[in-house]
Amino acid sequence: MSRKILFVTSDQQRYDTLGCNGGTLARTPVIDDLAAHGYRYERAHPQSVVCMPSRSTIITGQHPSTHGVWMNGVALPVDAPSVASVLHDIGYRTALIGKPHFEPFLDPFARFIENRFAREALVGVHRGFEHFETATHGALGPLHYARWLAANHPEVVGMFFPVLDAALEVSSAGGGETGAPQVHDNAVPREWYHTDWVADRTIAWLDSLDADDDWFCWMSFPDPHHPWDPPVSELGRVDWRDVPLPAGYIADVSRREAVLDAKPRHWRAWYDGRLVSNYEAPADWVPATLTSDQVREVNARNAVECELIDEALGRVMAAIAGRGWGDDVDVIFTTDHGELQGDFGLLFKGPYHVDALMRIPLIWRPAPSSQTTAPDTTVSRPVGLVDLAPTFCHIAGISSPEWMEGSVLPVDDADADARGFERVLTEWDSVFFGIDVHLRTITRSGWVCSAYQPGYSHDGTEGELYDLTGDPLQQTNRWDDPSLTGLRSDLLADLWDHQPPRHTPVRRVEAPV
Amino acid sequence: MTLGSIRHHIRIQRPAATVWELAGDAGRLHEWFPGITSCEVNGTDRMIVLDSGLPMPEKILVHDDVQRRFQYMLTMPMFEYHRGGIDVIDLGDDTCLVVYSTDADPRAMALTIGGATAGALEELRRLMEGDQQDGAS
Repeated sequence: MSRKILFVTSDQQRYDTLGCNGGTLARTPVIDDLAAHGYRYERAHPQSVVCMPSRSTIITGQHPSTHGVWMNGVALPVDAPSVASVLHDIGYRTALIGKPHFEPFLDPFARFIENRFAREALVGVHRGFEHFETATHGALGPLHYARWLAANHPEVVGMFFPVLDAALEVSSAGGGETGAPQVHDNAVPREWYHTDWVADRTIAWLDSLDADDDWFCWMSFPDPHHPWDPPVSELGRVDWRDVPLPAGYIADVSRREAVLDAKPRHWRAWYDGRLVSNYEAPADWVPATLTSDQVREVNARNAVECELIDEALGRVMAAIAGRGWGDDVDVIFTTDHGELQGDFGLLFKGPYHVDALMRIPLIWRPAPSSQTTAPDTTVSRPVGLVDLAPTFCHIAGISSPEWMEGSVLPVDDADADARGFERVLTEWDSVFFGIDVHLRTITRSGWVCSAYQPGYSHDGTEGELYDLTGDPLQQTNRWDDPSLTGLRSDLLADLWDHQPPRHTPVRRVEAPV
Repeated sequence: MTLGSIRHHIRIQRPAATVWELAGDAGRLHEWFPGITSCEVNGTDRMIVLDSGLPMPEKILVHDDVQRRFQYMLTMPMFEYHRGGIDVIDLGDDTCLVVYSTDADPRAMALTIGGATAGALEELRRLMEGDQQDGAS
């Protein structure tokens, strides 16, 4: 019998939303306890800051340039490498429950199998998962959660915030008490909200297993990704009026705009509403209109969603203990990317490689029976989501396939240094109705350096360079600092030395998301 | 900017006239467009039904067997504007270029339909010459 694996992801969750990472808004005792009995990574980065490329990295163990899912709307081929397949092939029972998003959601032709699973009651192993039960942010669409809700509680379907508007753009509609975009009072009972549904379905699947089964379960919560519409019954947990403004929110408008002006020009252009370079932010929302109270309310709702995830995870952990597996399960918690959430006066996500989007929570609590855990170990060296697939293989007691590009997560900084965890790469490519953006980023030695390639707003000479120690909020772009020319050149050389070549042929964009 | 415009093309190793026999037949779209279950033509009206069960009424605007050019518009209320176009262009060497263009408002639908048209072009080529070539671009 091998170690079992509970892999927990949220969607679009910032590093600083967990108590163990210094967060003070949301109470996350379950995840904090995992960290207290395992490894907590302080510099974990996704290889893309949007969902589909990042999730494709998680399952393949490859950078976006290698797996080829270079932006949202590009599908990961069904026969792409999958760590779930590797585990299934050695006898693991496997499941993905919650948000997959390896294929586009906007799919009226039902071309993608991910969107047909529920409607056609498909069974069989898919991407290595013998059980595939899906959900996303809302109550509409073809996924299992939406169909369950429509069949069993149709009266609540209309209570959720519609993520897309009538023009199928990401909605800018505001709500709550401040009119913040994508904030909404959702009267759905908590037990029917997707966070609890994902936990319920996970527990049901675990209950279906034999006691001596080895298993790998990816429990994938759609929250705290916008819309920020947690059950209204839970809003009393965090009063938005009491929420302090985030450290990354620059209240003084003149200073905020000066900071933006020192970054490549698409930052300020988006802030002013002159350029929307990607589909993931509302097309008709102008960030400059964001008020401090709206930032408070978004952060309050986000914190509520984080607490619900923590509590749902707690229920699953209790169910695991109830099956007698408590000592035999490795738990890894992370997310696919971050959220601007008020930093620089911005919300949502896009081609902005700063900590708000790149620094993500990552916790690994090894199975207590493995006796490998040094309690409450912090790893400060850079690691990536690309390292998860090899780590799952390691937990299962097998070597990583050659196609995986990452390495087994280090257990402390000495281990990281010994095994060459010096850098982590993140990349962005997007083409959106004639507007293209391309950047490559390396994080190494306490610096983050982004190089822009030619595109709609950039001529290929622009970049960003931040000192993560002296400027933890990345408010001073030192790309053009003459005293750092050597450092910049060294980081760029290292970036290009390690950047995988782009997958050819370039995969086609199938849908906006 | 509200109009989305997407264009895909593919080269097929068959004469334009041969390809046009299928691609230019308004009532046979479902034979080569993945995700479309049925297709019924009544004069200049065409009703297609998607695999998802969604019916999509269309108006045929151009059906030109000389230029080998077909244009249609989706008439569902959600569209402020739509034009779909299929052109089969003779390359003079017993091969042809098939171009499938999609203009739509809302623009997101241009991306969604456009992605499907690229898949349709690949299927058209597979039917015409077998599954042995590169993907559509």
